[in-house]
Amino acid sequence: MKVSVFVSPKTTVLDPQGAAVEQAIKSLGHLSVGGVRVGKTVTFEMEGEDTPETRAQIDRLCDGLLSNPVIEDYRFEIEAG
Amino acid sequence: MKVAILQFPGSNCDWDAEHAVQDILGIPAARVWHKSPLPSGTEAVIVPGGFSFGDYLRCGAIARFSPIMDDLKSFADQGGQVLGICNGFQILCESGLLPGALIRNDCIEFRCINQRVKVESSNDRFNPEKCGEQLSLPIAHGEGNYRLKEDALEKLESNGQVLLRYIGNPNGSINDIAGIRNEVGNVYGMMPHPERAVEPYHPSRDGLPILKAFLEPILTRSSVEISAS
Repeated sequence: MKVSVFVSPKTTVLDPQGAAVEQAIKSLGHLSVGGVRVGKTVTFEMEGEDTPETRAQIDRLCDGLLSNPVIEDYRFEIEAG
Repeated sequence: MKVAILQFPGSNCDWDAEHAVQDILGIPAARVWHKSPLPSGTEAVIVPGGFSFGDYLRCGAIARFSPIMDDLKSFADQGGQVLGICNGFQILCESGLLPGALIRNDCIEFRCINQRVKVESSNDRFNPEKCGEQLSLPIAHGEGNYRLKEDALEKLESNGQVLLRYIGNPNGSINDIAGIRNEVGNVYGMMPHPERAVEPYHPSRDGLPILKAFLEPILTRSSVEISAS
């Protein structure tokens, strides 16, 4: 199966990259755009089935290595096959 | 060997730290590879600056899981003295040895300047009387913007855990924080580079009081040993 982890800065935490990108978007004339946040995506292959145990294992991987709970949130999606 | 200076792939201030401690302050020091155990007899550890593991994922995120970090945690739990400088500070925050996290500078730029900082009255070792009221220290980082949740920040401030504050904030760091210590007072972290301000040809020698303050327990013991012999 294929796992996609989406990491984003917490809404309460300043995001300087997001602010810079938003400024660039607005300078291109897209004045209706706001609230830009820049995160990252980590994808990997994983053996096994989508079970509560597998999800707990992915949580352990996300919480500390792939994301820092002090400043970031994460969510993940699992694609079979 | 009294001071262990950790080396991760991508560390680049390890030699400077060794030079400052060993050649300038006269305390035996050695660089220790991140896959080695922490040598027995280690009295203090410096986690130096650089770009450990290329700063991939987040600064310090991968170094935090290096084999030597288990030894470092036990060392710190037993009251061992630990100082993280720049990337070392980021590693200590990632590992939970220090609170908070360091994110991208609010200006987006990598800031490489001599920065004025104000010394706070933190404890018997780190205070304006020992270190001087204001110092000029090199900074060189893209992710030095210190962040901590509001309630934890209040605790940090009321405990006097802030060591240094920027005068003219270069990175957006909350409350102008440039350096902190843990609650107990044996783990220290800062973005400025004291090891790059120790020689007459450096922009300042203001790193010396910082390193002396950190190594005070060892320097005090050494002078006792010398006077006893």
